[in-house]
Amino acid sequence: MIPSAAFLALAALLFVLGIIAFFVKKDLLTQFMAVEVMLNAGNLAFLALAKGFGRADGQMLVLFVITVAAAEAVIGLAIIVLVFRQRKTIRTDDLKDLKG
Amino acid sequence: MSTIIAGLPLVTIVTFLPLAGALALAFVRSDSPRTVRAVALTVSGLTFLASLALLAGFNGSSSLPQFVERASWLGRGLDYHVGLDGISLFLVLLAAFLTPLALLSSWRAIEDRVKEFSIFMLVLETGMIGVFVSQNLFLFYVFWEAMLVPMYFLIGIWGGRRRIYATMKFVLFTMFGSLLMLVGIFVIYAAYHRATGSFSLTIGDLAAAPLPPGLQTWLFLAFALAFAIKVPLFPLHTWLPDAHVEAPTAGSVLLAAVLLKMGAYGFLRLGIPLFPQAAARFAPALSILAVIGIIYGGLMALAQKDMKSLVAYSSVSHMGLIMLAVFSLNFEAVEGALYQMLNHGLSTGALFLCVGILYERTHTRLIADYGGVAARMPVFSGLFLMAMLSSAGLPGLNGFVGEILCFFGIFTANKVLAALAVSTAILSAAYLLWLYRRVMNGPLKDPDDDRLRDLDRRELAVLVPVIVLTVFMGLFPGTILRKMDASVARTIEALRTRPAVAATMNPAGLATSEAARVTGSER
Amino acid sequence: MSDLFWLIPLVPGASAFILLVFGRRLPRAWVSWQAAGAVFLSLLLSAAAFIGLAGPGAEPQGLTKTLFAWIVSGSFRTAVAFHFDQLAAVMALVVTGVGFLIHVYSVGYMAEDGRYSRYFAFLNLFTFFMLVLVLAPDIVLMFVGWEGVGLCSYLLIGFWFDRPAAAKAGMKAFVVNRIGDAAFILGMLLLLASVGGGSFRTINDAAASGALAPGLATLAAILLFAGATGKSAQIPLYVWLPDAMEGPTPVSALIHAATMVTAGVYMVCRLSWLYAASPAASAAVAWVGAVTAVYAATMALVQNDIKRVLAYSTISQIGYMFIGCGVGAYAAGLFHLVTHAFFKSLLFLAAGSVIHALGGEQDMRRMGGLRKHLPVTYPVFLVGALAISGVPFLSGFFSKDAILTSAFAGGHYVLYGLGLAGAVMTAFYMFRLLFLTFFGPARSPEGAGRHVHESPRVMTVPLVILAAFSALAGFLGLPALFGERVYLFGRFVGWAFAPPSGHVSLSVEAVLMLTATASALLGIGLAFRMYRRSTEIPQRLARRFPALYRLLAGKYYVDEAYDAVVVRPLLRGSGWVYERFDLKVIDRTLDGTAAAARSAGRGLNVLQSGLVRDYALAFLLAAILFLGFLLI
Repeated sequence: MIPSAAFLALAALLFVLGIIAFFVKKDLLTQFMAVEVMLNAGNLAFLALAKGFGRADGQMLVLFVITVAAAEAVIGLAIIVLVFRQRKTIRTDDLKDLKG
Repeated sequence: MSTIIAGLPLVTIVTFLPLAGALALAFVRSDSPRTVRAVALTVSGLTFLASLALLAGFNGSSSLPQFVERASWLGRGLDYHVGLDGISLFLVLLAAFLTPLALLSSWRAIEDRVKEFSIFMLVLETGMIGVFVSQNLFLFYVFWEAMLVPMYFLIGIWGGRRRIYATMKFVLFTMFGSLLMLVGIFVIYAAYHRATGSFSLTIGDLAAAPLPPGLQTWLFLAFALAFAIKVPLFPLHTWLPDAHVEAPTAGSVLLAAVLLKMGAYGFLRLGIPLFPQAAARFAPALSILAVIGIIYGGLMALAQKDMKSLVAYSSVSHMGLIMLAVFSLNFEAVEGALYQMLNHGLSTGALFLCVGILYERTHTRLIADYGGVAARMPVFSGLFLMAMLSSAGLPGLNGFVGEILCFFGIFTANKVLAALAVSTAILSAAYLLWLYRRVMNGPLKDPDDDRLRDLDRRELAVLVPVIVLTVFMGLFPGTILRKMDASVARTIEALRTRPAVAATMNPAGLATSEAARVTGSER
Repeated sequence: MSDLFWLIPLVPGASAFILLVFGRRLPRAWVSWQAAGAVFLSLLLSAAAFIGLAGPGAEPQGLTKTLFAWIVSGSFRTAVAFHFDQLAAVMALVVTGVGFLIHVYSVGYMAEDGRYSRYFAFLNLFTFFMLVLVLAPDIVLMFVGWEGVGLCSYLLIGFWFDRPAAAKAGMKAFVVNRIGDAAFILGMLLLLASVGGGSFRTINDAAASGALAPGLATLAAILLFAGATGKSAQIPLYVWLPDAMEGPTPVSALIHAATMVTAGVYMVCRLSWLYAASPAASAAVAWVGAVTAVYAATMALVQNDIKRVLAYSTISQIGYMFIGCGVGAYAAGLFHLVTHAFFKSLLFLAAGSVIHALGGEQDMRRMGGLRKHLPVTYPVFLVGALAISGVPFLSGFFSKDAILTSAFAGGHYVLYGLGLAGAVMTAFYMFRLLFLTFFGPARSPEGAGRHVHESPRVMTVPLVILAAFSALAGFLGLPALFGERVYLFGRFVGWAFAPPSGHVSLSVEAVLMLTATASALLGIGLAFRMYRRSTEIPQRLARRFPALYRLLAGKYYVDEAYDAVVVRPLLRGSGWVYERFDLKVIDRTLDGTAAAARSAGRGLNVLQSGLVRDYALAFLLAAILFLGFLLI
């Protein structure tokens, strides 16, 4: 059997990769994908811990997270499409309206 | 001790009637200024009449709050708790008396957005009266802050050239102090709970439960800062000239006559009863600041070129005398200070009204632009002279009674400070008479100028009641003083009995029983 | 009838109120009758009360009536009450008597003025306050009258308020008086605190019985006297009185000769036991009086304005009254107050008559030879001049002699010498005035060409009455030389005072009287020599001692000195402090905090880059910190 620690390590790795990707990438879409990766990394972590402690709570949470991620993806992607229609760009460096 | 006349919650009515009027005004059409003004005047007039009912029903021999109304509001000690005692009664009357006069004086001065103006004035009135009647610390704070909003708009919209600067300065300055007061309120709340196990922010309860001296010091300073800014005490006074000068006449009148008194009132209602040892400890330092204020304010008034700022600095000087009397912490001084608060409200209110009358005609406040006005406006010159003499403390008028009592009390406490304080007699005569001479006497600045008409009936209706009151209060002060005696005595009492109690107690143990015993008898 | 004495102040007060509110709507005749009538009624009441006191079966301590408790707060209690004793009787009679005559005179003098009712309203108001001052049994109530007469003085000096000089003079009077009043308040507070009450009886009893510590008594007495130097125009607060001549002449007569300026003397007399208990204070009073007497007389020597001479003369004569009080001869000081009221108001009113006749001319250099044209004014003026100079058997002789004799008797030889020097100068400048005005060639353009007429009877009759009193009032106070029983005045008022010190034998007194007479004649003789024919000698003297002349004519430049040392620095200083400190320092601090807040905001603004990336970085860092915190 693969020890749950390995899954946790993988989850951590995925999370960090997601973070790095978020900061390295310059366009909204790929940054969004990075966020999805981070979410899934979290899911993996939950599952690993659920298996490790033998509890079902973790798996329940994963279902929640997947659902929420899906809903968030819908809205987020819709926003990205709208932004693109308005600004003709999805480079985050160009979207600086919140600048104080 | 509840005295409700004919089953009516009189104090609540007096407090919230103006607010109700303001709400009603929201439904009046804004294109009919006459209706707006009439409604506003009626509402404030009714408020005044209601406050007279309070005066009539007031029992001067009792020192406890009367007309008490209490209702649970937010729970856990944040109650709606109002009442009047000898200290607040006359301040409420002052506010109720001057608001309709201020509105009447603006009849022609404010031409645009009359509806909003009247609404703000009425909301201001509710705020002012609310501060004076609150018996709950939280409620007090609510009203204290609530006053700032209408004042901000009144100065900022209908004010003079530098109105934005003036109103921002005023609001930020005052709020800064209030913020520390809020922190202080939280601390008291917690301390009281820790000491007695129950929640209360009733001023009476808090006064009966003494705090350890170390805590008292910080709390007193927090509260004192808020009040000192409001008074204003030197050197925190610089918001006053700007606010007064830039505000419209009605705003200046209420600002000088009522709002400034709240600082002094705060010391009397909260500063001394809640933190007696701290008050006694800081009294000397505050007295020195007050004396500096008296002399500094007077000297600055001499240097002014604008009529309104001259009167504004004279307010600094007069409030300095009042504060010096308050910090003398004896009966005659405190009663004199209280009386002088009323006097100053009337005389400075009258002075601002007079300046407003002149300004309405010529649209200049610079003294240099005036001369020989008395020749064209004899009735006005007479009333203006009376207002000035009242402010200068001429015997026979109200100013003298307050001043002599203050001097007497201050002298009892500290002879040197009294000697310095007496200089106000010279300074006030100097700057006021100088103003009068430059504006009223001498040859007419411009003989062809026909803008200087004498007072019309409306303006007479505004000024004459104030002047008549100054004479009445100068000749028959007893009618007012007798009603104040008990409450003033009680305030001073706290200073004498408290030190012995607080010194021997430890916060948790003795305080509980002491507080419970005392509060039990007061409820 | 005599127990209606409490109406004495109230009648003019009521009249004043009516005239103030309704005056302009009333016809002139009504105003005249009401105003003068009110004072006359007070005079009758005063006379009745006086008779009540002087007659048999009178209460030795006088009558008191309390009207109502006025200010009561804690241990501070003042009631509105009036007290009529011998001292009050004398003052009330003087105030109402001379006041009445001046009211009558004013009817003529102010006949052409447009603000007629206002004038009489103020005059009545003044009478009211002066009577309150005089009849007050309590120092606080006296202070009410004290300030009240100051107010009326301000209103009346500046009566012609469209004249800048008048308005300025009125203000100067009020402010300078207030400086004195500030000292008075402190003295009053000191007494209230130490003695426990404000009534004169309490204060005097405490002082007499020694209950009042000597240091305290001295301090209070000096503070009160400092107030008196303002009100009674002594050094150093006399500077308002000469300028006060801007007001109408009857005002100068009433307020600045007979009544208000004597309030300080009255106060010292009223508190005689206090002053008696403090030798230091009494010495201060006497010395200030003496120095002022001589000092003011020197200035009167060279003034050219007829009213200014009289003003300085008043300052000088009041100095005499204070000499009397200072050496313990309060009755003498008071007596001089009474006689001075008569002849000084006479002189002022007569001067008013002259000015009136010349159509407003006040400069003596443009007068002359008026004796023929003013057949009533001249003789009465002569009587007044003789009286003030201390020519025997006129009132001034007896009163001045009483003071100087007392000074001598008490061993105060320097004071006596100063008084004598002042007497010579008094006679001199008075007759200088007389000769310049009434004798010699007519130097005025109007006097030559225009018809100079005597004043109407409404003005001359009071003059004659005053002249009669000036001449004869002396016999009320005949000194012991002529027999003890004749010293009526002293015996009447003596009850109210602490006993005087010092006595002289009859022969010494006779010598002193002769000396006084001689000094008067010397002064008159010198004036005669220098001014009767021509003004050659004085002009030569002025050329010989130009600096001295300039010093005197320039009034020792005291006004300029005050202006430079006190007024200007104060005004400029406050302006400077206002600009430098209030605006720059305090406001800068505030604006500085605002600016600091703004730049802090701007600084922190850097974080608001608008880039999602940066915000995410912040999230991350915070999350790391938080986790670290939790784990460590």
